[in-house]
Amino acid sequence: MTARHTLSTRQLSAGYGDTSILNGIDITIPTGQITSIIGANACGKSTLLRTMSRLLTPHQGQVLLDGRSIHKMATKDLAQLLGLLPQSPIAPEGITVGDLVSRGRHPYHKLFSQWSSTDDVAITSALKATNTAELIDRDVDELSGGQRQRVWIAMALAQETDILLLDEPTTYLDVAHQIEILDLMVELNQDRGTTIILVLHDLNLAARYSDHLIAMKSGRVFDQGSPQHVMTEPTVHSVFGLNNKVISDPISKTPMVLPIGRYKQA
Amino acid sequence: MKFLCTYFSANRFPPMMLIGCSAVLLIIMCTLSISIGTRVVAWQDIINGLMGSVATMEEASVAMRLPRTLLALLAGSALGISGAIMQSVTRNPLADPGLLGVNIGASFFVVIGLVWFGLSQMSHYVWLAIFGAATTALFVHVISAIGHDGATPLKFALAGAATSIAISSFIMAVVLPRNDIAGSVQSWQIGGVGGATYGSITLILPFLLIGGLLSLTVARKLNTIALGDDVAMGLGESVTRIRIHAWLAAVLLAGATTAACGPIGFVGLVVPHLCRLLVGIDNRWLMTLSALCGANLLLAADVLGRILARPSELSVGIVTAFIGAPFFIWIVRRQKVKAL
Repeated sequence: MTARHTLSTRQLSAGYGDTSILNGIDITIPTGQITSIIGANACGKSTLLRTMSRLLTPHQGQVLLDGRSIHKMATKDLAQLLGLLPQSPIAPEGITVGDLVSRGRHPYHKLFSQWSSTDDVAITSALKATNTAELIDRDVDELSGGQRQRVWIAMALAQETDILLLDEPTTYLDVAHQIEILDLMVELNQDRGTTIILVLHDLNLAARYSDHLIAMKSGRVFDQGSPQHVMTEPTVHSVFGLNNKVISDPISKTPMVLPIGRYKQA
Repeated sequence: MKFLCTYFSANRFPPMMLIGCSAVLLIIMCTLSISIGTRVVAWQDIINGLMGSVATMEEASVAMRLPRTLLALLAGSALGISGAIMQSVTRNPLADPGLLGVNIGASFFVVIGLVWFGLSQMSHYVWLAIFGAATTALFVHVISAIGHDGATPLKFALAGAATSIAISSFIMAVVLPRNDIAGSVQSWQIGGVGGATYGSITLILPFLLIGGLLSLTVARKLNTIALGDDVAMGLGESVTRIRIHAWLAAVLLAGATTAACGPIGFVGLVVPHLCRLLVGIDNRWLMTLSALCGANLLLAADVLGRILARPSELSVGIVTAFIGAPFFIWIVRRQKVKAL
């Protein structure tokens, strides 16, 4: 599978009820790369991700997939191109890993269509990619947080989309599991060519794992580009209102933000 | 009970085996329902009665048990499916056509028609009941959807419970001053299949068929809603459209059943709950098994009612309440009552 589809927004405004949270967003997500959306709480990160994945209908403007408005496309067709993992999804009681992952094949099925070998191949490959094959008969309830998140990602992978949007996939995970999930994102991006769009809270992990960063402030795009371009002292200060120092991450050579508070300065 | 829970939740039974067993049980139940009753009959009478002979009292009572068995079978499966759908669509393990006010709403319209407009024919009941069920479902839906977080399972159950209580008191208020019809309303309100005729079955059959067809087509879609609204939308479904589709199916099934039998409680609660423990949460299996087990439960309750109160009989609605109430308490007391 190669990434062919491009996601972009034109003059996008969206929000809940009558209140607009996003104001005139114009972005193009680089195809076949990992993009992270960063910003302070309530800046519209999740709203942008939700509008781009059609969970929210824009007030104004459009979300375009290869130039076509996604809010006008047939929903099941779109679900074959664009996958989504919402923040902390809830598995129903008693569902097994195999059942959950196989539900990712839903967009490919008509009313009474039979399970096919294509479905089997997609699920096997999703389980293998997320290293969850040995969990297939387990109850999702019994799994650890990291395992559960990998299983949900496997469900999204079974959907076999060129574009995958994930809303804070590392929240509530310890640092080892955060790295595990982000390494998995890199593998998907490299092996499958999947375009990946993340909302991330950890700036240093975002800078390390992303090809492209979008920094948001008060419902607008403050700056976007490579981590080196976006993750600078003035930008971090403007976006988060935080004094900081940016150094080079000794591990990845990407920018690394050191926050400066009022206390604990040597 | 703890052992039962862990044993069941292991989910170890292959669906086809469960469905086969319930189908065999259904044949046994139908045979029992035809052969056991207030009047003791011989095998020869049963065979003659089935052939259509009504020469003796015994043969005639067998002939009368036929439509009754058929109605219990249809009503039981309809309530089983309807309950399974409501539990899935509200993601609420306590949802049930009774608890969400659908049955009582159907009775409400029938009682109003009976008391205020003098409508007393089965053909009127059907439309009144379905209209009443739909109106109540819509009402409960609108009430629970108020507020920005929409119709959450909890708000749904609360709105349903409050509406049920309000409607019950209203029915009382309408019926109490009317001594002349209080008896007939009361006997209908208890819920039974004793008065079944082929005529009444023919009248509700089209509604049951459409409801069944709608259920069949919504099962797979309900599997996506089980993962949450956001995931369902990500998988290419319109959550609103699924909800309307599912509610229409549930309301047709529960409404038509209520029209013919009166409000029968607990079948829609107990059956899908037990079936979920046995077969797991895939709605395609769950709804099939719920239909079979619902029919089994209602037939068993009806036969039990005939045996327990000889030479009279207990209405099936009373028997299901006796079976259902302790079960309801068990579900609530289970340690892991979680949203579906």
